[in-house]
Amino acid sequence: MTGSFWRYTLLIAGKDLRIEGKSREVLYTMGFSAALVVLVFSFALSNATDPAQGPITAAGVLWAATLFTGTVALARVLDRERENEAIRALLLSPAPRAAIYAGKLLAVSLLMLAVEGVLVVLVGLLFSAEVFAHPGWLALVLLLGTLGFAATGVVFSAALLRSRNREALLGALLFPVVIPVLLAASRATACMFDPLAPDLEPVAFWVRFLLATDVIYILLGLWVFEPVVSGE
Amino acid sequence: MNLPPALSLPTMPTAPAPTSTRFLAACGGAFLLLFLACLAVAEAPLESVMGLVQKIFYFHVPCAWLLMLSTLVCAGGSIAYLFRGSERGDRIALSAAELGVLFGMCVLVSGPLWAKAAWGVYWQWEARLTSSLLLWLMLVAYVLARRYGGTSARRLAAALALFAAVDIPLVYFSVRFFRSIHPQTTVVSTLGPGMRGAFWLSLLSFTGLWFVLMSLRLAVENAQARIVELEVLLDQAEEKKS
Repeated sequence: MTGSFWRYTLLIAGKDLRIEGKSREVLYTMGFSAALVVLVFSFALSNATDPAQGPITAAGVLWAATLFTGTVALARVLDRERENEAIRALLLSPAPRAAIYAGKLLAVSLLMLAVEGVLVVLVGLLFSAEVFAHPGWLALVLLLGTLGFAATGVVFSAALLRSRNREALLGALLFPVVIPVLLAASRATACMFDPLAPDLEPVAFWVRFLLATDVIYILLGLWVFEPVVSGE
Repeated sequence: MNLPPALSLPTMPTAPAPTSTRFLAACGGAFLLLFLACLAVAEAPLESVMGLVQKIFYFHVPCAWLLMLSTLVCAGGSIAYLFRGSERGDRIALSAAELGVLFGMCVLVSGPLWAKAAWGVYWQWEARLTSSLLLWLMLVAYVLARRYGGTSARRLAAALALFAAVDIPLVYFSVRFFRSIHPQTTVVSTLGPGMRGAFWLSLLSFTGLWFVLMSLRLAVENAQARIVELEVLLDQAEEKKS
């Protein structure tokens, strides 16, 4: 049972990534809109001269861009299942609903992480932030922040597949739930970007917070995904 | 409405009708308690540091408790709807969410008023305030989904209610986990005898008010569901006739 769960999870994630590998639609649109968000913030904040606020601003911009572009990835990856009623075939397949959820979570997270790699470099260049001062911690925070975002996002965007105004509703419903994850991730990132930070104790605290939130959100997602999509 | 005999009207579980004697007695009791609570709060001694402004406490804390109670009831109703298909659970969840928005707004208005007097600023980005605001935003999102998402968003809203319920321990324990200037959860046990009685009476009367409002809102939801059912039956009857 556990073996088939992971097999189906990898099959579904592999299917989404193969489609993306051929079209590269989500990666290109996400990457481009992420770059635009960072540029707009960079123009808007170019006169902010307080150097003490630099790391906080850079971390805030990084996670704000992640939030907006992650929503694009969620909408598109789940939207593909609407074409030719693919969602119906997926739900009728022997794959457990929890494996469908885990597969989508994996695919969305990997796509988001790929774009975040570019975002980090862009934020480092435009905001003169020391983004690679603690690469291990940064990778961990990016991974945990992205998982927390995608864990809720997959449930909500799957439930909105049939809704009339899903684009407007997705952001309105998803953002309040993922704000704790983004707040924790941006606090941890700001501490890592700050060359004057005395130690990384706050980062370790926020990582523990992110880990707990991710576990709760993923368990909740696995639990509610089946009844949420059963009306599809 | 002349329905064919074959189409009998289904019976629906209902909350006490807003005109029933039992309901009117409950209303009377709740408002009497509220009146007594007002008297007790007025009579309660002034706090030595903050003076009169501390009396917001008797309004602010019960509203915060009702915000959490509403979220819990909303999550309970949502579980019943999601996993057992209970329409009544769904109606309870929606009613509780709306009350949560109402009492959350009371918390978010009374809190900054008290903060301005106690801390010198209306808002501080600290754990208790931020988590309470997020909880309220999730309930607003729930109500938005129910109003504008159509029937397909009902399941989504139910899932959102469960994610909101996860925020409750964060709101309650935030003052212990994080460095916070907000009063601790143990503040109630440190109240003087005159203040303690007024606080518990206030909490009890606000909870009574919540039950009255919940019954009224649920009665409206039940009536709306009944109207929809009757419309369906009427359509079926007209189709049969034609």
